[in-house]
Amino acid sequence: MHGALRLVGWRLLTGLGVLWGAATLAFLVLHLTPGDQAQAIVGGENAAPTPEVIAQVTREYRLDEPWYVQYLLHLGRVVRGDLGTSYRLHTPVTQAIGEQAGATLELAAAAAVVALALSVVVALASAKRRRWVRGLASGSELVIASIPSFWLGILLLTVFSFGLRLFPATGSHGFQSLVLPALALALPIAGVLGHVLREALEEVLEEPFVISARTRGQGDMAVRLRHALRHALVPLITMTGYWVGALLGGAVITETLFTRQGIGRLLLGAVNAKDLPVVLGVVLLSAGIYVLVNLLVDLLYLVIDPRLRDAPAPAARTAVEGSA
Amino acid sequence: MTALLKVEDLRVAFGGTAVVDGVGFEVRRGECLALVGESGSGKSVTARTLVGLTGDGAAVEAGELSFAGRDLRRMRERAWRRIRGGRIGFVLQDALVSLDPLRPVGREVAEVLAAHTGLSRAARTARVAELLAEVGVPEPELRARQLPHELSGGLRQRALIATAIAAEPELIIADEPTTALDVTIQAQVLDLLARIKSEDRSLLIISHDLAVVARLADRVAVMKDGRIVEQGPADRVLRAPEHAYTRALLAAIPAEHTKGTRLSGPAEAVRLARPEPGDVVVRVDGAGKSFRGPDGVARAAVRDVSFTLRAGETVGIVGESGSGKTTTARIALGLTEPDTGSVEVRGRAWAGLGRAEARTLRRDIQVVYQDPLASFDPRYTVDKVLAEALAVAGVPRERRRERSVELLELVGLDERHLRRRPLHLSGGQRQRVAIARALAPEPAVLVCDEPVSALDVSVQAQVLDLLDDVQRRTGVAYLFISHDLGVIYHACDRVLVMKDGQVVEQGPVERVFREPEHHYTRELIAAIPRLTTA
Repeated sequence: MHGALRLVGWRLLTGLGVLWGAATLAFLVLHLTPGDQAQAIVGGENAAPTPEVIAQVTREYRLDEPWYVQYLLHLGRVVRGDLGTSYRLHTPVTQAIGEQAGATLELAAAAAVVALALSVVVALASAKRRRWVRGLASGSELVIASIPSFWLGILLLTVFSFGLRLFPATGSHGFQSLVLPALALALPIAGVLGHVLREALEEVLEEPFVISARTRGQGDMAVRLRHALRHALVPLITMTGYWVGALLGGAVITETLFTRQGIGRLLLGAVNAKDLPVVLGVVLLSAGIYVLVNLLVDLLYLVIDPRLRDAPAPAARTAVEGSA
Repeated sequence: MTALLKVEDLRVAFGGTAVVDGVGFEVRRGECLALVGESGSGKSVTARTLVGLTGDGAAVEAGELSFAGRDLRRMRERAWRRIRGGRIGFVLQDALVSLDPLRPVGREVAEVLAAHTGLSRAARTARVAELLAEVGVPEPELRARQLPHELSGGLRQRALIATAIAAEPELIIADEPTTALDVTIQAQVLDLLARIKSEDRSLLIISHDLAVVARLADRVAVMKDGRIVEQGPADRVLRAPEHAYTRALLAAIPAEHTKGTRLSGPAEAVRLARPEPGDVVVRVDGAGKSFRGPDGVARAAVRDVSFTLRAGETVGIVGESGSGKTTTARIALGLTEPDTGSVEVRGRAWAGLGRAEARTLRRDIQVVYQDPLASFDPRYTVDKVLAEALAVAGVPRERRRERSVELLELVGLDERHLRRRPLHLSGGQRQRVAIARALAPEPAVLVCDEPVSALDVSVQAQVLDLLDDVQRRTGVAYLFISHDLGVIYHACDRVLVMKDGQVVEQGPVERVFREPEHHYTRELIAAIPRLTTA
C-alpha cells in the first residue's frame, strides 16, 4: 500500500495547487471587473452612497492597499474559509452556500445513483446480446443523451406531473419532489455511461479469461457479474470527471426548471445580480469538489485494479489512462 | 477400452465459411490424444466445440458428438454447465490472459469447487491450497491470495491447470498449454500433464508443436484446413508419417540434424556457398546495463557481456525470458546506452556519436522483430514502407522503386506485393517485407529478435531458409536472438547462452550443444522436447 499513500499525498498536493489557482482567479476577476468595488459592496449601481460611506468601506475592506497586499489578504481570507459577503443577500457567502448545499447534494446524489444503476443494468443486460436488443439499448441511449436536459425536464413534467399527476412539479422537500428532477438530471448521464459501459463489457467478454471462466461451468450472468463487470468499471471511473461536471452543470438547469432550492439556483441568481462573491464562492466550491472527486477516483482505481498498487504514483495514473 | 469422447463428421462454420469440415476422432479412457495443426487449421475451434463454447454465430453439425454416452448435440445450457469444469476440464494457453487479472488465483480455483462440489467455504479454501500444492505451486496458501501478474509464467500455468482439475473431471482438454512458456518451464508443465494422465484421466492436447505432443500423446491427429489429414498411434505418425503434409511438417522443424539443409524443401536455383567469416562488424566489450524497477531498486539486465560478430557470420543469443537477450540486442543497435563497456559497429563506437553520425552508423545495423505487424504503420503500403526505408538510406527518389522491387525479389516476393498493406499479407509475407525493409540500407549487420517465434512451423522454415539465402548472397552478418534452441542450432555458427543477464557460455554451436560446459546449458538442452526421427 506504499504506492497508495504516495498517490494520496501527491494528489492532495496538486489539489492544493488547483484550489490556489481557483482562489487567484477569483481575486483577478474581482479586481479586473469594471466598476468600483466599494460601490458594488454597498449596493451596486443603483445605490447612491455618500462619499463618507465609500471611504469607510474602502478602509474596512482595505481597498486602498496595493494589489499584492490585497491579494495576500484575499488568500488569507480564503484559507480561513471567509469568502466574503454576498452583495445581494448581505449574508456571508459561506452561509449562503451552506444553506443551499444540502438540497443540491440530495439531488446530485439521487441522480448519480439513478444514472449509475441504470447504466450498469442496461449494459449488463444488453452487452453481446441479439442485434435488436443492442440496437434498442444503444438507440435509446443515443436519443436520451442528445436531448437537451431542459427539454427532457419539460417532457417529464408534462407527462408525470401535469398529465398523470404522479409527482409534484415544483418544491424541494420530500422524496416525491425529488423524483422528476433527479430523473431529468440522471437520464442524459445514464445514456452516455451506459454506452461506454457496454462497449467496455463487450470488449472484456471477448477476453480469454472470460472463456476460461465459462469452461469452468460458470453461467453467462455469473461471468458478467463476477468477472467482466469489474473490468468494465475502469472506463466508467475514468469518466467520473465528466459526470460530476454534468451533475453540477445540470443542477443549475434542473433546479431552475423545477423551482428547487439549491446551489444551482443560487448561482443563477448571483450571476443575474452580478453578485460576484457568491459566483466565486461557487467556483471555489466546484474546484474543491473536483479535487476531492479526483482523489476518490484515484483511490477507486487502486481498489478495482490492485495491479496499480505496486506502481509509483504518476505511473499509476498513466497506466489507467493507457488502458482506458 | 471404451470411447469417453466420440466425434464423428463434425462441421463448424462461421457465417457460411467452414472452419472445421468433417472431423472425427475418439478419446478413450486414460488415453491422450493430440490434435496437431498450424494456425487456422481449426483445432482450437474443435476443442471449444467439445465444451459447447464454439463462439457467437457458429453453426455446428455432427454425425456424432458424445461424451460418456451423452449426446452433446442436444445439450441444454444448464447441463453444459455441469459438464464444463465438472466432467471436462479445459486449460487455455497463456495463463496471463486466461486467468482473470483482477482476481486472486485461489478464487479462480475455488470458483470451480463452488460450482461442482458441495464443499463448504472453509473446505474449499483448504482444498484450493491442496490443489495448488498438487500441481507444484510452492507456498500454496500465499500464492492463492496473489494476482496472476504476481506469479511467474510457469506458476500461472500451473494455477490454471489446477482450475481445470479441481473438480476431478474425467477429460482434460489443454489448448496450447505450453506455448507461452520458456523451455525449462514447458518441460515441467509437460511432466505435470503426464502425471495427470497417469491418474487414469483422459487428455486431449491441442498444439502446433509436434515435439511437445510427442512426449505426451498416445495417438496423434494432424489437422489442416479444417480436416484431419492423418491420425494414428503417436509413434507411427511421428516416425513414419503417411501423409505428405505430416512429412513436410516434421521436416520443417529446425534442429541439430537439419543444420546446413533447407527446411522448406529443396532450393530451385543452385545454392551459393556460405561466405567465409570476414572482418569484425560488431564488437561488444564488457557491456552492462541496469534498470530501475518500480520500487526504485536498480537491477542489472545485462552484466559484462562481450562478443564479436564477423561479416557473413551468424551469432545466436539463446536464453529464457528475462535473461537479457533483448537488452543485449538493443545495446548492439545503439538504442540502449550501456552503463559500462563499449560497443563498436564496423569499428565505430556508439558512445559519443552526434545525432547525424549515429543516423549514418544506424544504416549499418538494422533490425527485424518478432511481430512485423506491430512494427509497420498499418496504413502504409509495402511500397511506402520500402520507399521510406530507402529514403532514410539515401537512395535517390527515382531509383527507389527499382530498388524496392529488387529487395522484394531478394526476399522471395515480387512487384505485385508493392501495393498491398501489411494487414492483408500473411504472417510469413509480412516477415519477408520486414526483412526487405531492414536490408534497404544494405546493412553489414541484421539483428533478428525472435524473427520466427510468431510463425507456424512451415512458415518459420521458409523464413529461416530465406535468411540463409540472403546471407549467402549479400554476406550480411546476423545477430540472431531466439528462445528456441532448435532454431539457434539450425541457423547459427556460434552461440551465446544467457542467463540472468550474463553470458554463461559461448562458442561454436556444435560444441556448445554437444558438449555443453555450463550446467545451465545442459539443463536447457535436456528440457527440449525431442522428436526422435527414424
